Amino acid sequence: MNAPRWTDHDVEQAVGRVLQVGVLVAAAVAIGGALGMLAQHARLPADFHVFRGGTSPLGSLRAIGRGAAAGDSRAIAQLAIVLLIATPVARVALTVGAFILQRDRLYAGMATLVFALLLSSLLWGGGR
Amino acid sequence: MSLLAFTAFVAVGSFGAGLLGSLTGLGGGMVVVPMLTVLFHVDLRYAIGASLVSVIATSSGAAAAYVREGYTNVRVGIFLEVATTTGALTGAAVAGFVPTSALAVLFGLVLLYTAFRSLQSVQEHTSTRPSHPWATRLRLDGTYPADGAMRPYSVQAVPTGFFLMFVAGVLSALLGIGSGAIKVLAMDRVMQLPFKVSTTTSNFMIGVTAAASAGVYLHRGYIDPAIATPVMLGVLLGALLGARILSRARVTWLRTIFTVVVCALAAEMLYKGISGAL
Repeated sequence: MNAPRWTDHDVEQAVGRVLQVGVLVAAAVAIGGALGMLAQHARLPADFHVFRGGTSPLGSLRAIGRGAAAGDSRAIAQLAIVLLIATPVARVALTVGAFILQRDRLYAGMATLVFALLLSSLLWGGGR
Repeated sequence: MSLLAFTAFVAVGSFGAGLLGSLTGLGGGMVVVPMLTVLFHVDLRYAIGASLVSVIATSSGAAAAYVREGYTNVRVGIFLEVATTTGALTGAAVAGFVPTSALAVLFGLVLLYTAFRSLQSVQEHTSTRPSHPWATRLRLDGTYPADGAMRPYSVQAVPTGFFLMFVAGVLSALLGIGSGAIKVLAMDRVMQLPFKVSTTTSNFMIGVTAAASAGVYLHRGYIDPAIATPVMLGVLLGALLGARILSRARVTWLRTIFTVVVCALAAEMLYKGISGAL
């Protein structure tokens, strides 16, 4: 069944690598964002008792990308979180590819469904 | 409290949660939400968003190591991820309509269940009965390393396991947790997978489950970087250190402490939920 070029073992190694790199990159960007936030706003009061998320400017990928490109530290920290959420999504995408290479239609289909659900959540907030 | 003090306290608290969660195997996510809401008076929605982010970080970090050891059953993982992601998106869709007090009570109950489970002894077992017909059709049976050889196991009760995974996904989204205890219940007790296969496959799925609802919450503004960043970094660092010192730590003793902490937090969440103080 298995395609000779890509064994289960190779898939497992690749999955492990994707997860590791994703977390490390996200953590590095998060540290940068956190230091930036503290450098700019260390003395501001931290009050998160009231939810203001409905009006958050960091609720769309476009705004996060634009803010991070402009050097806004809050947007950079939020970008780290987007990268982190994208890590398991990338893992599922890799699994889709692996099942296709192994000509396993059933599991390629299931993995594609999971991938589509995750992607719609990350890109559009689950189709709201 | 200034942002500097808030960041420092939250990071240290999250570090402790990640350390204890990884040493005891209960996961740090269970503690993050009560810590943020009860100790730091953070709105429950921000707390859930931050906790989910930390759950993705720790499960991805740990799964990277486990997948390579050969315990994880990738087919079972993908099949059940269909249930957990659907559950998580359902949970995220209804989260806005569930009153905070009900969420707090639900959280308290799940905490108590997790503490109860952690006190039970673990039995390694393999089911040798013929697999459930669905398991055969889906080729879910597998092998795992035991006593220096690859030991085969069969898989039971697939529909019940699938349904429980959907519930695990709903709870993960509603409460901002990994739902590891329920995932292990479904695989270990219901589907009769070996315990080590259940825990590692659960970990493999937790990141995907949490990512499904985290995406929705990101767009809804539940994830604020000022809270989520110190939580994520703290829990991740704690979990990494925990994995390093696991072999040297006196786990039984730690497990007792952590169980007491979890029970206290459960009582606090139940009280706040019932009295409507959250």
